[in-house]
Amino acid sequence: MASNTELTPTSYIDHHLTNLTFQIKEGAFWVLHVDTLITSVILGVVSLGFMWLIVRKATPGIPSKRQAFVELAVEFIDNEVKNTFHGDRNAFVAPTALTIFIWVLMMNAMDILPIDIMAWIYEHVFGLHNWRTVPTTDVNTTFALALSVWFLMIFFNVKVKGLGGWLHELFCTPFGKNPLLWILNLLFNFIEYVSKPLSHSLRLFGNIYAGEIIFLLLGMWAATGISGTIFGTLLGAGWAIFHILIVTLQAFIFMMLTVVYISMAHESH
Amino acid sequence: MNINFTLISQAIAFAIFIWFTVKYVWPPLLRAIEERQKTIADGLAAGERGRHELELANQRSSDVLKDAKQRATEIILQAEKRATEIVEEAKKIAKEEGDRIIVGAKADIEHEVYSAKEALRKHVAELAVAGAAKILRREVDIRVHADMLSSLEKDLRK
Repeated sequence: MASNTELTPTSYIDHHLTNLTFQIKEGAFWVLHVDTLITSVILGVVSLGFMWLIVRKATPGIPSKRQAFVELAVEFIDNEVKNTFHGDRNAFVAPTALTIFIWVLMMNAMDILPIDIMAWIYEHVFGLHNWRTVPTTDVNTTFALALSVWFLMIFFNVKVKGLGGWLHELFCTPFGKNPLLWILNLLFNFIEYVSKPLSHSLRLFGNIYAGEIIFLLLGMWAATGISGTIFGTLLGAGWAIFHILIVTLQAFIFMMLTVVYISMAHESH
Repeated sequence: MNINFTLISQAIAFAIFIWFTVKYVWPPLLRAIEERQKTIADGLAAGERGRHELELANQRSSDVLKDAKQRATEIILQAEKRATEIVEEAKKIAKEEGDRIIVGAKADIEHEVYSAKEALRKHVAELAVAGAAKILRREVDIRVHADMLSSLEKDLRK
């Protein structure tokens, strides 16, 4: 019972998916989702800070268990990047991939937390009525990441090929150099450049948001009676276990797409 | 599902996190890993080298052993040969020595025999002279017949 108003399915779902907002100034755009920002920043600071604390004392000799754990993650990412990106990956791409994987994984993993218990804690411990736990169920987060990657993609395109080279590529690939094909090429590239951040961000958002909705539906079923509670619990547990896979997989896919996009920007056709 | 300022704030957070990872998380760990890889590679190379050296040493030692065995056999053969030689020589020397002793002994014996004969002759001559003197006591005058007696004695001595 997270809310004092009468509980209907709509209000239940609404309650769990409403952000805590802060109006910076007038206008629909100048709204800040405080919960999304704070949760994600805390997660980023904790996970990357944890890695930093361990890495600071990294030894080339026999690693401690914690260092070995971090090394495992880093080498896993490094191997994936090595297979896709050919160039000096240590300067930027590999650490970026690590950041994305760890951060997105942590944000996604928030949906394993039991929603109603968390809602109760937010309400009664912190006095917050609305607090969305999972930052990646906020489309702003996924779009922020995808658009950052998109800008990085354009940045590396220009950096590697030069502005002229990039424009040349926009007009002359993939169909050919013939001036008659320029418009077609540009249209094709335009669609590609629009679809990349959309698919990149919405894939992550959709998966995690849908997962959260399923949790909410199961939570509602659990409120219908004794059999609903039993099945809701069982299915909720099953869905949570399944979500361990989804959470990791989506973080991995998001990271891999980032690496692929950035390495595509490095390679000329 | 509404795009708002959160997007920009999240992008800023993302940029800061990337900067942090690029600057502080990735390089030290990478350095440690690379250093360890180098150490391991060096260790493996050293191990390989050691193994190779061991192989060479084994080969060398077996060579030395073989050589030593051969030398020992040669020495034994030589020693045996020398031993037989020494034995032969000793036998020869012994034989010569024996012969010489025998010759010496024979000469001694002959000498003894000769001196015994001489003594015996002298004795016989004296006896004969004494006998003859007894027989001829009256008719023979020692002074008169001295010549005859001494020639007789000479004859007997021969």
